[in-house]
Amino acid sequence: MAMFIRVDVNDELVAATDGLAAKLIEVCPVKIFKAGADAASVAVVEDNVDECTLCDLCLQGPEGSVSIVKLYED
Amino acid sequence: MRFYEFETKTILARRGIPVPEGSRAANAGEAASAAQELGGAVVVKAQLLVSSKAGASRSDESQAVDSPEQAATATEELLKIDDGGRGPRGVLVEKVHAATAEYSLSISYDGTAKQPLLLAADVAGNIEDIADAHPDRVVSRHFSALVPFSDYVAKEVAAGLGLNGSELNRMAGVIARLARLFLDYDLTQADIQTLARLEDGSLLAVDCFSDMEVEAKYRQKELLAEFGVGEEDTRSVREPTAFELAGKKIDDDDPRGIIGPVVEFGGNVGLVIGAGGGSLTLTDAVRKAGGDPANYAAIGGNPSVAKAVALTKLVLGKPGVDKIAVMSNVVSNTRADLVARGVIKGVIEMGFEPADKITIFRVPGAWEADAVKILNKYGVEYCDRSVSISEAAKRAVDKING
Repeated sequence: MAMFIRVDVNDELVAATDGLAAKLIEVCPVKIFKAGADAASVAVVEDNVDECTLCDLCLQGPEGSVSIVKLYED
Repeated sequence: MRFYEFETKTILARRGIPVPEGSRAANAGEAASAAQELGGAVVVKAQLLVSSKAGASRSDESQAVDSPEQAATATEELLKIDDGGRGPRGVLVEKVHAATAEYSLSISYDGTAKQPLLLAADVAGNIEDIADAHPDRVVSRHFSALVPFSDYVAKEVAAGLGLNGSELNRMAGVIARLARLFLDYDLTQADIQTLARLEDGSLLAVDCFSDMEVEAKYRQKELLAEFGVGEEDTRSVREPTAFELAGKKIDDDDPRGIIGPVVEFGGNVGLVIGAGGGSLTLTDAVRKAGGDPANYAAIGGNPSVAKAVALTKLVLGKPGVDKIAVMSNVVSNTRADLVARGVIKGVIEMGFEPADKITIFRVPGAWEADAVKILNKYGVEYCDRSVSISEAAKRAVDKING
């Protein structure tokens, strides 16, 4: 279980944006995303979440589709 | 990586630098046979990668004998030398030659001048000691590592030793061959500590050693195979411990960032330290503050959180280590927040509280602000760059030693 970062994915928004799921899998440098149940969705690889480099690439989709939460800022 | 003397002499002889007649013996029986074959007085020299102790002289690690029986006895004694590591790799049994004069040659790489440096003296011994005691007897000359070595340079140095005529030519020949093999074999050090001139005027490399640049292993595969040096063998003084092998595995398993050489010591101050030379400075600072390091382990190059976790577990899990200090010089290519995540996660996954186990965290630099937030949340003391390395080390040692 990740201790420092939480990744929230809005499945509906991701699915509604053509190619976003594949792009999320492609761009994450630490492989936080993997293919979901279908081509339009992603799943979060929990083991990799604490490796998040906060590069914000995954945040460049439609607002709210992916959120990165720093748990140490609670 | 250091070569044994018998290996260095193999290289020298191959390049036309005369060495004493002799052979390596693995035990007393072989040494006696070698002495018998040579006849007369021989010298028996323990084959060590480094001296057995600080200040050890050649006489501590070699014996001149007059018979095969004495050679066997000397070998039995020399093979018992405890160098704290690999121990002697047999002995070298060589014929003794009377010298009419002795010289010393040394080639190393001058990091400041960024060129090889050739030193010569008209007395035998360690060239650095000679330079300290008799600077007027040392001739020095830089030369290019890029273009072929010039005989002119060799003659210049030989002339500097006061030689002329045939003596100059003979000495220049040895110097030139030594310089060329230094370059060809990617050596970082090539020393003939005793270059003897015999009665007939010829020169003989009696005592010598050499070091090869470890990063050149891939270029010198043939030579290393000939000497039986395995791909993983760096010729360190002793075999790596289980702790050190575990550190290497952590590094090998994850290409993100690096964990430099993990070295095991006997102390209780666990070190997760980094920033190139900073890690060496930090280790010294811990010692200066009265601490006894449990290890050396340089982490850097922007390691993954997982790598920092693994190193933390390795160090904190070492018997005798109750707390760790996480310190580095100012970092730009390593993120302080990722290191903070790693060490804290490592401690928690071992079932401890970070504040109880991490004495200090001084990793100033990239993403420092996030590191501070993480450390604050877990109650770990953070030091920024305004706290010197010495002061940070002192605080860590004080906490560990109570």
